[in-house]
Amino acid sequence: MSGRRPTRLLSAAVVLAGAAVLLAPAFLLSGFHLFQLTMMAVYAVAILGLSLVTGYTGQVSLGHGAFYAVGAYASAILMTDFAWPYWTTLPVAGAMCAAFGFAVGFPALRLTGHYLALVTFALAVAVPQILRAHFAEGWSGGVQGLVIVGPEAPAGLPLSPDQWTYLFTVAVAAVLFALARNLLAGRMRYAMVAIRDQPLAAEAAGIDLARVKTRAFALSAGCTGIAGALGAIAVQFVAPDSFSVQLSIALFVGLVVGGAASLPGAVLGAAFVQFVPNLSELVNKNAPGVVYGVLLVATLFLMPHGVAGALRGAVTSRRGRSNR
Amino acid sequence: MISRRTLLGTAGLAAAAVPPARAHAAEMPGVTDKSIKIGNTNPHSGPASAYGAIANAEAAFFKMVNDQGGIGGRMIEYISRDDAYSPPKTVEQTRRLVEQDGVAFILNGLGTACQTAVRPYMNARKVPQLFVATGADKWGDPAHFPWTMGWQPSYRTEAAIYGKYVLRERPQAKIGVLYQNDDFGKDYLIGLKDGLGDAYAKMVVKEVSYETTDPTIDSQAVSLQAAGADTLVTAATPKWAAQMIRKVADLNWKPLHFISNVSLSVGSVIRPAGVEKAVGVITAAYGKDNTDPQWANDRGMAQWRAFMAKYMPGADINDANHVYAYGVATTLVQVLKQCGNDLSRGNIMKQAASLKDLEIPTLLPGIRVTTSATNFHPIRAMQLQRWNGKAWELFGAVIAV
Repeated sequence: MSGRRPTRLLSAAVVLAGAAVLLAPAFLLSGFHLFQLTMMAVYAVAILGLSLVTGYTGQVSLGHGAFYAVGAYASAILMTDFAWPYWTTLPVAGAMCAAFGFAVGFPALRLTGHYLALVTFALAVAVPQILRAHFAEGWSGGVQGLVIVGPEAPAGLPLSPDQWTYLFTVAVAAVLFALARNLLAGRMRYAMVAIRDQPLAAEAAGIDLARVKTRAFALSAGCTGIAGALGAIAVQFVAPDSFSVQLSIALFVGLVVGGAASLPGAVLGAAFVQFVPNLSELVNKNAPGVVYGVLLVATLFLMPHGVAGALRGAVTSRRGRSNR
Repeated sequence: MISRRTLLGTAGLAAAAVPPARAHAAEMPGVTDKSIKIGNTNPHSGPASAYGAIANAEAAFFKMVNDQGGIGGRMIEYISRDDAYSPPKTVEQTRRLVEQDGVAFILNGLGTACQTAVRPYMNARKVPQLFVATGADKWGDPAHFPWTMGWQPSYRTEAAIYGKYVLRERPQAKIGVLYQNDDFGKDYLIGLKDGLGDAYAKMVVKEVSYETTDPTIDSQAVSLQAAGADTLVTAATPKWAAQMIRKVADLNWKPLHFISNVSLSVGSVIRPAGVEKAVGVITAAYGKDNTDPQWANDRGMAQWRAFMAKYMPGADINDANHVYAYGVATTLVQVLKQCGNDLSRGNIMKQAASLKDLEIPTLLPGIRVTTSATNFHPIRAMQLQRWNGKAWELFGAVIAV
């Protein structure tokens, strides 16, 4: 009894401190920096989705930009053509992408490793083309895209649209991370990790591979789809050019750099995706790609298990030393 | 002794004097007595990074302006940021330029989708979005977007010029149109209607479209020929324009053939189609072609070459982006000169919309830049040119719409 109370107090304190850290920027930073942090939160949710299927279940997807795009367009079309309030579009975007992901999960049953990576990559290549296509134009706005009116703070709250968008995005992200944490605290995690590490043994142990894989794909796509919707609301614009193959690659890079099977890793990876290109531009304007590449290689060389893995390693080795 | 009255009077004077000074600074964001800050977004990385040359040339141009003493004693500080041709990144970088770097305005931001993404923001904030680098027609819409202005002739203007020419030279023509099924292609249809007016319904015998996913346009070419067209307008991007030129020759069909200005490249259209097969094909131009020997002794192009030699040594002299940037930057310098000492955003926009017959060294003789409060399309004239088997040859007078 006496041992548990301090732990509970401690975790309550951690939650409060975390909430304070997330809320503070809204009142300390300028509109532009808030926009950057909003986008980082969006990418964190997208990478969280990717980590469920690739990091934990071991099914490599190079096509999550496609789910992101579908989520973004679902939200944008509902807002512009049907005048839905922005927040009501999130569940629809999530559900649509989950269904889409579930369908994509089926080929994943037969294909593994680089074959699956290629199939999902094809998805990332195809989706922007489909959005541009003639039959979709009435809805998608074609090449010109759709302009969205951004959210305003609810009446009575003295917040600027930037502050409100940030708080809204971070709140949704926090809920999704909490849900993912709960999911990964239970049996599902063991089933997913078993499939990743020892698929044969997992099957022999009675895990229904088909069920777990398709569900992981559905959850993952749903999560990344909600990120797409949040991104569309924050950017207030969607166009096929917003969701090129580069986006899928960027999400994958974020996943690996952050630490593939780690929730904090998703946040760290999002920071990489959001801020490292700007950093590279600062170093050399004419060859930002080279600087980005060097930074990427250096990160992976120094931290082969991602930033989260390196941090975990640092903490355990220090603990080990102090125990000695 | 200082009387109460003088004290009050002085205080009153001081109070009266201070606010205008403060208002002056607040009304001219990005401008000091010594400098003018200008922002730009361009793809310096990613698949479209070839366009980064435009921003590099503009930076070099403003260095030249500064070396010559700046504008009204103010040095130009030009900041170009990379958006990788991705609209979300354009929003981020544009906001960085406006809110963080504190630029007076954005010049020549590139890409139709990218610039569409920031247009509401720029207009809500009342920051000039000058000389947008895309050929879409929508940038000249002062009624809805008074802070946004294009520069080059739009696709619609170009098509209207074809229409006008056909109406004048071949009033009995039967016109067939091949267009790319998107906003780019549809701008040509609208422009042709502008140029032909009421005659459109009578003269256009067939319109057919293609998708960029189609493997060939052979069947479209055959159906246009079957419709009896003797004049053909191909509103297509390079790959399809090349296919069309080749197919028309293979069908032994000899229409008066117009192809869109975006497809005038010798390397990516004419040579793949066949230099002989393309003989007689017509397109429109507004700028001087830096690879064309006819401008070897031209005064305007000599200015441009001197600039390239001094400020961009080692850069590709055949890259048309450098010529384009020179034209845009020259136009801007005139706008800033017209502003005089009032470099408020409002006045910058007002002066951008008050250009009168401005001659630009890199534009074709007779093509001038003109804007007004209701005309946000700075260049509305082009000249036709015909492929003669070796080069594009200008003919006829400049056609304005």
